[in-house]
Amino acid sequence: MTWDLVRAARALLEAEDTRTDRGPITDEWPDLDLDTAYAVQDETLQRRLNRGEHIVGIKLGLTSRAKQQRMGIDVPLTAWLTDAMLLPADAPVPQDQLIHPRAEPEIVFVMKDRLAGPGVTAATALAAVGSVHGGIEVIDSRYRDFRFTLPDVVADNSSSGRFVTGPVGLPPEKLDLAMEACLVEVDGQVADSATGAAVQGHPAEALALAANELGRRGLAIEPGWLVLTGGMTDAVPVPPGTTVAVHFTHLGSLHLTGG
Amino acid sequence: MTAVTLAEAADVLLAAYETRVPIEPLVDKYQDLTLADAYEIQLLQIRRRLADGARVKGHKVGLSSPAMQRQMGVNQPDYGHLLDDMFWLENAPVPASRFLQPRVEPEIAFVLKRPLAGPGVTVAEAAAAVDFVLPALELIDSRIRDWRIGIVDTIADNASSGGVVLGSTPARLADVDLRLAGCTLHRNGELVGTGASGAVLGSPLTSLVWLANTVGSRGVVLEAGHVVLPGSITASVPVAAGDTVTAAYAGLGGVTARFTEETS
Repeated sequence: MTWDLVRAARALLEAEDTRTDRGPITDEWPDLDLDTAYAVQDETLQRRLNRGEHIVGIKLGLTSRAKQQRMGIDVPLTAWLTDAMLLPADAPVPQDQLIHPRAEPEIVFVMKDRLAGPGVTAATALAAVGSVHGGIEVIDSRYRDFRFTLPDVVADNSSSGRFVTGPVGLPPEKLDLAMEACLVEVDGQVADSATGAAVQGHPAEALALAANELGRRGLAIEPGWLVLTGGMTDAVPVPPGTTVAVHFTHLGSLHLTGG
Repeated sequence: MTAVTLAEAADVLLAAYETRVPIEPLVDKYQDLTLADAYEIQLLQIRRRLADGARVKGHKVGLSSPAMQRQMGVNQPDYGHLLDDMFWLENAPVPASRFLQPRVEPEIAFVLKRPLAGPGVTVAEAAAAVDFVLPALELIDSRIRDWRIGIVDTIADNASSGGVVLGSTPARLADVDLRLAGCTLHRNGELVGTGASGAVLGSPLTSLVWLANTVGSRGVVLEAGHVVLPGSITASVPVAAGDTVTAAYAGLGGVTARFTEETS
């Protein structure tokens, strides 16, 4: 049986629904390129919407320049967020629905205005943001051991899993997001830290690049959408029994348990 | 370890400063070196330097953040001595060739207004003893080849100290968020590290307490006017002649170090 985007989308959603990890699709479909991978991602979105989920925004991936260099790209990845991925505050990581969840701190935007590329800059992107929040993204991959190529991870909705947003929302002009720091504690011990500058130099730079990349595909970032701007630090595993706390300078604290 | 052996190890390390040729790890030759032996080797070198006219200006804590512990493969903090000839001015040339394999680390430095004598020092006493904090860049260096350090080698080698560049914007302790202030590190205009100041043991103040109590148990007091470097917020980055490194701290300002060839 030959591979096409429908087969790839079904295979990835089945892996997600049955909590079964798999090898990279490119092992079997070496011709899968980045544009086709985004078409697979859009097909999985359509199937999520068909089963009653709603779009709530987008997430960005590979927003650290070091990771981009390793993967050979110069813009972040985008992926879809639906309401089924939303984790309420203080809810444990749903281990029975995820394969190998990892948590990473993120700066989250709630969009005030529509943002349509091309031609979006960091400054105009930030002007379209209504409020800024701290967040934790629980990433997951349908690929065994998180082993994938760039088209694989794009097709897999950029390792989307769950996400939780923090209690504090501030207007963007009140914050220096390059200096906004987060401190990550795992089981009470400091594990990592970073500032917003780790996200493409500034989270608004990541937002602008994402708007322009979506614009290339004829899409826009809509008012009211959430934008998860990308992991500030490396992701930490959250197996059962783990407690992760993320403390932001001005955006409050979030707590997540592995259940 | 015998006194003769400890003195021999101190001599080898002191010679490496002069020749700028790194040595093999001490543990290769002296497998049973203890932490106490290593601190004794460090102290023998400091005593020699003091006899030659150097003065102690403070202490540094090393390997106190997860980023540094991961980078160096060592999972406990240590301390070293800061001597007067290790201090360089911001924006002024720092001759990179004085060092063997220099790296820089962003840190928030404490300056003490009263002595801190451990053991038994609390966070409250440590905070009360701080006069002000300064943005700082620590220049770490290793006399051990290729930074092949374990905890014993780095302690013996003055906790891999090299130098320090202090910024010029003193701030009151209460005016800086010691736990959640953001820090960025740029080398030649490129972002090479970010972090929160609490990456250092949860708070750099914890590092100061650890230092006061650890040296206190050996009868050493942290003196008024002394500088304490609590440890790096990010992983360290290598520097060479021609590099410019800037660290910025939210609420505290920044500091720039400029590395050059040897100047006359």
